[in-house]
Formats: sequence, structure tokens, C-alpha cells
Amino acid sequence: MSHHGSSGNPRTVRDVVFVDGVRTPFGRAGEKGIYAGTRADDLMVKCIRELLRRNPSLPAERVDEVAVAATTQTGDQGLTLGRTAALLAGLPRSVPGFAIDRMCAGAMTAVTTTASGIGFGAYDVVIAGGVEHMGNHPMGSGADPNPRFMSERLVDPAALNMGNTAENLHDRFPAITKDRTDAYAVASQDKLAAAYGNGQIQPDLVPVATLKQGEGWTLNSVDEPPRPGTTLEDLAALRTPFRAHGRVTAGNAAGLNDGATAALLASSEAAAELGLPVKMRLVSYAYAGVEPEVMGIGPVPATEKALKNAGLSIDDIGLFEINEAFAVQVLSFLDHFGISDDDPRVNRYGGAIAVGHPLASSGVRLMNQLARQFQEDPSVRYGITTMCIGLGMGATVIWENPRHSEYTGYSGATGTTARQHADAATEGAAA
Amino acid sequence: MSAADFSTFAELFPHETVTHSYVRDIALPATPGTSSPGTFALVTLDNGLDHSKPTTLGPNTLVELGAVLEGLKERAARGEIVGVGVTGKPYFLVAGADLSAVKSLEKREHGLWMAQLGHDVYATLANLGVPSFAFINGVALGGGLEIALQSTYRTVSTGAGSLALPEAALGLVPGWGGVYILPRLIGPEAAVKVMIENPLGNNRTLNGPEAFRLGIADALFEPADFLEQSLAWAARVITGEVVPERANAVDPADPGVAGRWSAAVAAGRTVVEAKTSNASPAPARVLDILEANRTMSQAESAALECETLAGLMQTDEFRATVYAFLDLVQKRSKRPAGAPDRKLARPVTKVGVVGAGLMASQLALLFARQLKVPVVMTDIDQARVDKGVGYVHAEVDKLLAKKRISQDAANRTKALVTGSVSKEAFADADFVIEAVFEELNVKKQVFAEVEAIVRPDCILATNTSSLSVTAMAADLEHPERLVGFHFFNPVAVMPLLEIVRAPRTDDAVLATAFELARGLKKTAVLVKDAPAFVVNRILLRLMGEVTAAFDEGTPADVADTALRPMGLPMTPFTLGAMVGLPVAQHVQESLNAAFGDRFAVSANLKKLIDNGVKALWSPAADGSQEIPESTLSLMSFGTSPSTGDDVLRRVQDALAEEIGLMLDEGVVAGPEDIDLCMILGAGWPMFLGGITPYLDRVGASERVNGRRFLAPGIASGPSVSVSANPASQEPVNS
Repeated sequence: MSHHGSSGNPRTVRDVVFVDGVRTPFGRAGEKGIYAGTRADDLMVKCIRELLRRNPSLPAERVDEVAVAATTQTGDQGLTLGRTAALLAGLPRSVPGFAIDRMCAGAMTAVTTTASGIGFGAYDVVIAGGVEHMGNHPMGSGADPNPRFMSERLVDPAALNMGNTAENLHDRFPAITKDRTDAYAVASQDKLAAAYGNGQIQPDLVPVATLKQGEGWTLNSVDEPPRPGTTLEDLAALRTPFRAHGRVTAGNAAGLNDGATAALLASSEAAAELGLPVKMRLVSYAYAGVEPEVMGIGPVPATEKALKNAGLSIDDIGLFEINEAFAVQVLSFLDHFGISDDDPRVNRYGGAIAVGHPLASSGVRLMNQLARQFQEDPSVRYGITTMCIGLGMGATVIWENPRHSEYTGYSGATGTTARQHADAATEGAAA
Repeated sequence: MSAADFSTFAELFPHETVTHSYVRDIALPATPGTSSPGTFALVTLDNGLDHSKPTTLGPNTLVELGAVLEGLKERAARGEIVGVGVTGKPYFLVAGADLSAVKSLEKREHGLWMAQLGHDVYATLANLGVPSFAFINGVALGGGLEIALQSTYRTVSTGAGSLALPEAALGLVPGWGGVYILPRLIGPEAAVKVMIENPLGNNRTLNGPEAFRLGIADALFEPADFLEQSLAWAARVITGEVVPERANAVDPADPGVAGRWSAAVAAGRTVVEAKTSNASPAPARVLDILEANRTMSQAESAALECETLAGLMQTDEFRATVYAFLDLVQKRSKRPAGAPDRKLARPVTKVGVVGAGLMASQLALLFARQLKVPVVMTDIDQARVDKGVGYVHAEVDKLLAKKRISQDAANRTKALVTGSVSKEAFADADFVIEAVFEELNVKKQVFAEVEAIVRPDCILATNTSSLSVTAMAADLEHPERLVGFHFFNPVAVMPLLEIVRAPRTDDAVLATAFELARGLKKTAVLVKDAPAFVVNRILLRLMGEVTAAFDEGTPADVADTALRPMGLPMTPFTLGAMVGLPVAQHVQESLNAAFGDRFAVSANLKKLIDNGVKALWSPAADGSQEIPESTLSLMSFGTSPSTGDDVLRRVQDALAEEIGLMLDEGVVAGPEDIDLCMILGAGWPMFLGGITPYLDRVGASERVNGRRFLAPGIASGPSVSVSANPASQEPVNS
């Protein structure tokens, strides 16, 4: 445990807690998707406003920073998203903000970077999140890779295409077959459908109204990407677009998606002062680099580093929220740590293969789901959120469950969390 | 009836820009502690065009909306939906009835159908069998706001503006239920404010928070997630979790309300009299219906509303208003006739003002505030310069005190306005305007001095109201750079700018003048260099005729109230006093010099000026007005008095003659520009269409010129029936 205290001298590190997290329903990128014609920054604004509405005891002027990630920071994702989203959301002008980028781990990096600021005493309360409208910003659009990558063979050009890196991962781990990845993908769809049925997803979604020419306004309150009922046969029929007779298909990988997420973090002291709930406590985090050609293996060294930082072992981790950019990447992680493909600790609500992966936004989705699983299961003390990152990186954050019997920190305004828990169950029943 | 019964009528409008009614089913968001209320049908009103093309309600639009609502009513009966919402495309709920379509209705029965069609559709909305909700996301005018009023519940966005029932000013009544529902919803006093005071008060409108405070809307949400929050609120209303409170609502059957109701109507009639002299029938009709419907059922009121609308739609006051509003103020003002290509305009980054008197100071303030460029004022001594700059700074402080501008903006504007006793300060100016004494030689002298200092391409402008711009340019080294820039008093308020092209004014100078006008947020009309240009020439011809009748022996009150049926903003004598008798006389003399007896110079007026009398009328002891004996004794009168009708007809004929001559002389491009000038420069009412539709309507154009100014149908009904008796033009109720 770190030392509790103020930011005054002598400096002590403060605990950082995950107060709340929300996201928009995710959409399929492209002209037919629910967010075609909707701006990315508007999606972000809906999340920030919902966070403030859900936490009325937080005065808006107490937000010390707004960090928003996006992989492509131009157009409706440009102009220093954290600041523009804060202004558009109606936060006081005294609240600053910035934009951040670590591709798929953008929101996760927004969380860890601002969390570090909280730990250091620079902030009490922050909003961190991410957005990616891949319909408006196809992956890599506008990028101009340095020719030295090729001329000096710094990175295999194929490594700039994520699908190729997934095929490379199959090459490296021949034990991970297409049969295994397809089976994993089917399970992901099934688990998400079950979670929807149990109302475990809906409570953290912000409905988004969208207008389409010739159709009028509608309200989007569920994810668009899931394909419940997908079978192994369905998946076997899909093309392998990255390699002839390859293994990676649209069915065992995350799709191209639009969506936004945002989380509210606070120092433990500020949460107590403001009566904010505590869903998770940040234990440690780590980022690690790997060969860009097999970027999907990134979560392995990142997790080892984060465990080491926390003084924990993989056996201490009771829940895993691992981003499913590709099934092969998840399985390479599980194989490394000796975890079975269908281990119930892993992605209980399914993952990005089913729900979608709007690049820079996904980190907070993982945290929302882990937080809800912590609420459901006080027997679990530690969980991780982890993801792979383009150009060969991994990111891992380890969290502690404040409902666990051995948790000693401030665990939130009990009444509030209990009520939210009850709401979640009710809403689930309704959906 | 069903909306489909009006399909044949709607087919008369094949060119309508239809606002479609798109329906989407929405699973209403579940609220904490409750189950999801069910499926909600959301109707979006959208014409598929961007925000520069407002959504409107024409016959085809209404038929489609009606059919959609009837379908939803059936679904509600089957239990498929628990509520219906109506909202609009971004920035608009609906901008109101399609005035072009309504103006073109040739027969009374067509107007009646239009009115009945609206009621039929709105009645469906009000009786769906499930609650209806209007989500007022933006502009909601007239029939647009009435869609909201006919719904069971309303939310409004804090970002919504232009919420109003402007019918009284347009020559109609809020006759799709507004006049019945609004007083019950927000109280009769506030309803009269919305339906009478605001329309007749420069068409003031409400914004979202104001509408919410009045009780027009039940809930107020911010624009960032207005629709999402409105839907969540609707869900809570449907489940009963939220019960909207309507603190301002009244029950007309309540004994206390009857008195409030009649008092509100009476107050409204006072406003109508003060603003229009009852010269337009519509405002009084609004109050007539309001007065009558306190004891009526909604259906009874609806029948009265339809009959009234059908009648009003056939009035030339209504058609002239639509012409004035749509064709002139909305369209022609944005594309001034005769303005050169905008690309020729040169940038104006510094302005010089010659003179530091009141007019000059007003100009300096306007240029600094609107263009945000340095403005330097000059005058003959430091004291005058200081006074002028001081005036500007004091006006800026007033704006700051009223919170119309920020401290930073105040600092910036003050810093922009400086003064100098030397015209050397104009050396780097792009535009120098004079506002010195109204005397040709003085102005020529000023321009000679300025021209010696400024760059060769610096534009010179004169704010003269009566002198020849051509003569002023005569001795200039660069006569092509002089342009007339005639503002109206008070400069900050009056929207018109007459831009005067002298024979040698070049296109780049003229283009720059029009761009400047746009920057100054003024409506510019191009006029030829002719004495007194447009507005003053017409006003003085009018005042000259009334004064002449007075001088001939017509009693003052008869002469001064003779034009009451025109509904002008003030009587001729009051206008004279406001302009200042010496100023008016000065312009009249110029016009007399140019045109002779058409602009008679009154000897009586000269006596008053010589004796320092500032106005004909003075307040009497009993609160009325009178001409004091001391004033009367200065004047002498003829022995041929006229009746009020005589004076009215004399003025009508004089105006028809003068405008006919102005058009022959090519002072402006057409009668439309005359009308635009009178509306924006003199505040003449839209129900006169400015002035030429009125002169056509009363037959003056035919009598004097043998032809109309505007073809039938432009600002009038398609078939013309001219009354020979001007008195018959008075509204029935006056």
C-alpha cells in the first residue's frame, strides 16, 4: 500500500481510485453504421456529461484535467480533444484538457497518465477517456511513415498492417490454430450476448441520439457490432483477407468501429471528501515494447512488468479484461501464462471481437467491465486490464476490488454504490 | 376528417419544399428503479436541406404529417407505442407555415382548407391516445410553435431561439390552436405578450429559457444532449415518475380568471392601437378570438380560428406583409439591386471621420464596434475632438454597464477611437467619411483638404442627406472615389443605409461601400444621386402635403391624424418635431429648389423656426396635446380646410406621383427598393408593403400614373378590385 497524504512536503504518493466509467454504444464504422454522419467529439461530449450527471456530488469545477485519446488527431478528432470536449461538454472554462495518443491504448494511457498526476498530487479529480470514429478516420489515414522504417529495415512494412501482425503471431505460435481462434471468437460473442441478457453491459452505456438524412433522429442505446449466435461454421466460411489461406478473419478479430469512453478518477482522499463511489483502486501499471511485427504479444511483457511493480504474481489475478484485437493475440497471452482458452476469469462479458474496438477508446471499456465484475464478485481481490498496441507494445493496469474483505482503503459512499448496483440489476431485467 | 382528404388541395402546390415526417421507433431508456416504459415513436421534421433552408409547413407537408400521425394513433390503439415525440432537424423545430404557399391561395375556401388542414393534423397530435411530446430543439415560429402547444408535453433547448407566435405582425392569427391553448397554459397576460406585444414590438422572439420560464415548455435541457435528455424525461413522464407542474396555467372557468382575461385583452388592444393605429386587421382579430374563446370549447375556437384565417389570408395587408417580409427584408436586402461584384471591394482597415459632432460620433462608434478597425475623428479644435471621443467612450461605457459587451470589448472599442485636430491622421486611412455642416462649400473644402493628405485609393464618403454628391465630387482630383453613405438617425438602431452612386463613382468604390454596409450590419440600397435620395424625399413630400393642408386652414388634429388609416409609426407633426423643424425645413428647401412646388416651403413653419418653436404640439393640462396660443399666433392660415379623407387622398396621390417620378428618374432599380427603404429607413409598416403595395391597393397609382407599381399577385391578391374611396380602406373595427 502506498502512503496516504496530501501533496505537500514531504511528498507522499496518493491512492488513485476509479470512480466511474461510461461509454457510448459502439457502432460499425462506415456509411451504414449508426454513427455515420455523427462527429467523434460529440460522442466524447456525451460521455463526459453522463459522468457528471451520474456523479452529482462532484462539482464540475473540481475536475482538474480532461485527457482524451484518439489515434488520428485531425478533423473532428483534432484541436486538442480533451480541451475541446471539455468546453463542448459545458465544463467550466477553468477546467483544462489535453489530447493523448498511444493508438489502441489511448484511453488506457489517458487513465494511467492522469492517475500518475493524481498520485503525484497534481490533480484531485480527472476525466480520462478516448474516442475513435474509424468511419471518419480509417486506420492510419493521413499518416506518413518515415521511409527509414523501410530503408533501414527498422520495421517490416507489413507490421504497419495489424492483420499481418496477427498472422505473424500464428507463425510464431503454431499451437494457436484457426480452430482455436474461431472457437474463442464464438465464445466471445456468446459471452457478450449473455452479459447483455443479464444487464451487465447496459448500465454503463450513454444513449446517443443521431440524425440520418432521410430517416430522422433515433436513439442508440445498444452496441451495433455484436453478432450473437455466430457459429463455428459461420466463421469457417469467412475470407482470410491478410494472407491467402491464412487464419485471421473478420470473425476472429475486432471490427472497425466508432465509439467513445470516459472514466472519472480521483485521489482516494478527494473521493472521500466528495462522497464519490469507488469501483476500483489502481495498483500498478506498465507499458512494454515488443517487435512491431508481432505486436499482439505486447500484453505479456507489460503484464509481467506491472505484476513486478505491484509485487504480485499472475496467480493473484482473479479477473482478466484483455482487449480482443485478435483472438490469436489473446490466446498467445493465455498460453504464456498457462491459462486455458475458456478460463472463466477471462473476459467474462466477452470482448472486442463481439462488442467492437474503436481503437483509442477501448481501454476504459475494459475498466468499466472489470469494475462491474468486481461489484458482482467481492471474492476477487485483483484484476487486470490489458491490451496490445500497434507498432509493438503492450499495456497493463492492475486494479484492486474495494469490496474485497482485505481492502483497507476508502471504498466509497456505500449507499450510492449499493443503489447503483441495484439499478444495474433492474435495468438488466428490463433490457 | 383525415389529412388525406386534403390531398387534392395539396396537389395545388406541386413546387412546395416538403418538410418530411420521418418516424423512428425508440426503446425508451429505462430509468433507475423502473422498467423500460416501452416503445416511443419519434417524428423528425426535416426537409433534407441545410440550416439555411428552414423547415416550413405547406399543404403537402401537413398532409404527410397528418398521415404519419394517424398511423401512429392506430399503433397507439394497438398498444404498440407508449408515446410520440416530435422534433426537428438541427436548429429548427419548424419555422412556421409556408408563407409563400399561403400568400398564393387564390380563393377564400383555399385559405379555409389550409386552416382546417392544420387543425385536422394538430388535433390528431393532441389526441393520439398516448401522450405526445414536442422537443423544441430550435426555431419554432407560428405553426411550428403551435405543434409544440398542441402536444401533451414540451421540452425546450437552452440553445433554442426564435420561439414566437408572430402571426399578428404577419397579418394572420395564431389560428392552429395557439390562441386557444397559450392563454390557458401560461395565463392570458403572458399570452397577450407573446401574441401581440412581441410581434408588434419589432417581432421580438423568445429563447428557450424564456419560454421555459413563461411555462410554454415543461422542461429545459442543454443543447449538448438535448434530445437524449428529452427522451429520458419523456420516459419518466410516461412512467409517472415526473409530473410536470404548470404554475402559470389557468382554468378559464375559474371566476378569478375572467377578470384577468378581459384585462389582458384590453391591455392588448391598447398596444395594438399604439403600434398600428388599428390600420391592419390582424392584431385586433387575435384579440377578438382570445376574448371570445374564454368560454368556448377548443372545437368552437378552432372553427372561429379557421374562419378568421380564411378571411385574413385574402387581405392585401397579409399579402403585402409577406411581400415585405419574404421578398424584401429576407431576400432583396441580402442581394442589393445594382451592387457591383463583391470581389471588387477593397479592404478597409482604418476609417477617418471628419467632424466630431453628434452624427460624426455616432458614426465613429458604429465603425469601431462593427468593423473593429481604428477610427480617427477630426475637428477644428481640441475641445470638439475631445467631446466627440468622449461621447463614444461614454456610449461604450453604457453598453458595458448594460452588459451588452464585455470589459475586453469595451477596452478594445475605446482604444480604436481616437481624435485629432489634424487631418494628417487620415494619411493611412482606407475610408474617410465626412459628417460636417450640411453646406456644399463646406463639404467641398473638407474633401479638398482630405484629398491632399490621403492615399490616392482612399475612399471618400459623404453622409449628406440633401446635397448633390455629384457637385461635391466636381473639383476632386479623384472624383471616382466619392460615394454617398447616408445613414439614418439613430445610427446604431436604424438598419438602412442609402449608398449613393454619383456619375463618376467607380465600381470598386461602390463594391467597397456595399461590403462596408454588410460589415456594419446595415441593409444597403443603391440610389442615384438625386435630391434627398429616397426616404427623406418621400417623407418630406408627405409632410409637405400635410403641412400645406394645415396652412390652408385644415384643423391641426384633422391634418395630423388624417393618415391614421396608414398606420405609420408617428404622425407627420410628431415626425417633424423629432427630426427637428429646422432640419426638415432645410431639406424641404433643397427639394423645393430642385423640384419646385411639389415641395412647398411653409411660411408658417419658417415663423416657428425663427421663433425657436421646436414642435407644433405641446402637452395639454388634461394629458392630451394642443397647439399653444403662443404658437398659433405666429402663424396665418388660409380659408380652404380639407377633411381628413381629403388629406389622406391628397397624400396618397402625392406619394404615387413622387414615387412614379423617382422611378422614371431611375433613383432606384424598382418599386421594391422604395419599399425596402421605407420599411427599414422610416419604420413604415409591413402591412403597407412599405408603400407601393398600399398605393396600388387604394388606387392612387392608377389615379395618378395610370398604372400600378407592382403587378397583381406580387403584394396583393391576383385579381384587383380597387376602391375609389380611401376611407373604405379603414379596418372594420376602427
